[in-house]
Amino acid sequence: MVINQIWQLLETVCDPEVPVLSILDLGIVRDVTEIKGQLVIQITPTYSGCPAMNVIEMEIRATLWEAGFKNVLIQSVLKPAWTTDWLSENGKRKLEKYGIAPPVTASGHVGTLFGRNPEVKCPQCGSKKTEMVSLFGSTACKAFYKCLDCLEPFDYFKCL
Amino acid sequence: MIEKLLDYTLRLADTALILGHRLSEWCGHAPALEQDIALSNIALDHIGQARNYYQYAAKIQNLGKTEDDLAYFRDERAYRNVLLVELPNGDFGKTLVRQFLYDAYHLPFLSALQDSKDEQLAAIAAKSLKEARYHLQWSSEWVIRLGDGTEFSHQRVQNALNELWRFTGELTAPNVTDSFLMSYEIAVDLNIIRPIWEKTVSDVLKQATLSAPTQKWMQKGGKEGIHTESLGYILAEMQHLQRTHPNCTW
Repeated sequence: MVINQIWQLLETVCDPEVPVLSILDLGIVRDVTEIKGQLVIQITPTYSGCPAMNVIEMEIRATLWEAGFKNVLIQSVLKPAWTTDWLSENGKRKLEKYGIAPPVTASGHVGTLFGRNPEVKCPQCGSKKTEMVSLFGSTACKAFYKCLDCLEPFDYFKCL
Repeated sequence: MIEKLLDYTLRLADTALILGHRLSEWCGHAPALEQDIALSNIALDHIGQARNYYQYAAKIQNLGKTEDDLAYFRDERAYRNVLLVELPNGDFGKTLVRQFLYDAYHLPFLSALQDSKDEQLAAIAAKSLKEARYHLQWSSEWVIRLGDGTEFSHQRVQNALNELWRFTGELTAPNVTDSFLMSYEIAVDLNIIRPIWEKTVSDVLKQATLSAPTQKWMQKGGKEGIHTESLGYILAEMQHLQRTHPNCTW
């Protein structure tokens, strides 16, 4: 099946900003279909302004091109909006191993104005004695934390 | 109908773009690295939101134009952004207050726009809403920190508040476009947003030991394309490359 092969190829496309995650781990590929000989791949942006999205689109094109699929249409789908709940379990494990704390709770957590910041486990030493340094980190999807036990700073993939 | 929907969508797009552009001016200049990164991230969210609105506006317009045409080849009077977002950054405190006053409106606005009868606007709102929550959390915390900080920081943010206050009325004041589209349940009913905005602002100002200005007179005009002198300078900077070398890409 062509479609199965496409999904396997997409598994090899990685998020340029978090290279341990494939775009399937990230949960941004919504659908793959074939319409009149054209492959239509629907992806959903993580953050509205995420600069990685353009790169991801190019990588998808390049990967499929190399495998001989040249007639490809990539559509951006806004609804339903991407949420960190769509990160695969495997993806979360990979993140932690890579040194980025995975999102803790289901989305909607920051619904309240002064919602307490979630209890985040340090990906280096496993301590839960951590504190947030900044709500915004090295990319749109991350906050910046530090561990109060091992004193290492780390990124936290925040809930969306 | 199409004309009104285009006007409304462009207002959302222009407001997001101009605020994003203002915030991006802080890149490399904020008082601390973390805040520099925060401001840049927030700028990026707004610019991303602007792109979604512009892409939709281009579709509504149906003249074969792109998001870039709409951002780079329209003049001051065609811009529909609210005045608050075009005002100069001033010091860090003023940027913070401007952001807070806007975020306190933006969050309930998007929350309501999710239920718009216009599916694309509803989808963009649902997407942007998640980002706006983080913005409001960040700007509120900073307003409190600076307001309830030192005498010096308190005075600075109080001054900013006094200066920016007269531009807040426009956020929740419906104009002809709003009223028309509200009757089709496309536009957000701004009369519902106003009390939510007032409550958020008054709660945060109280914690920040700041006082809300008593001034009642409000400056409007942005939604009709009548801007302060600041917008022209922004557009001159933002558009000069495309105006000098039309359609260049890199």
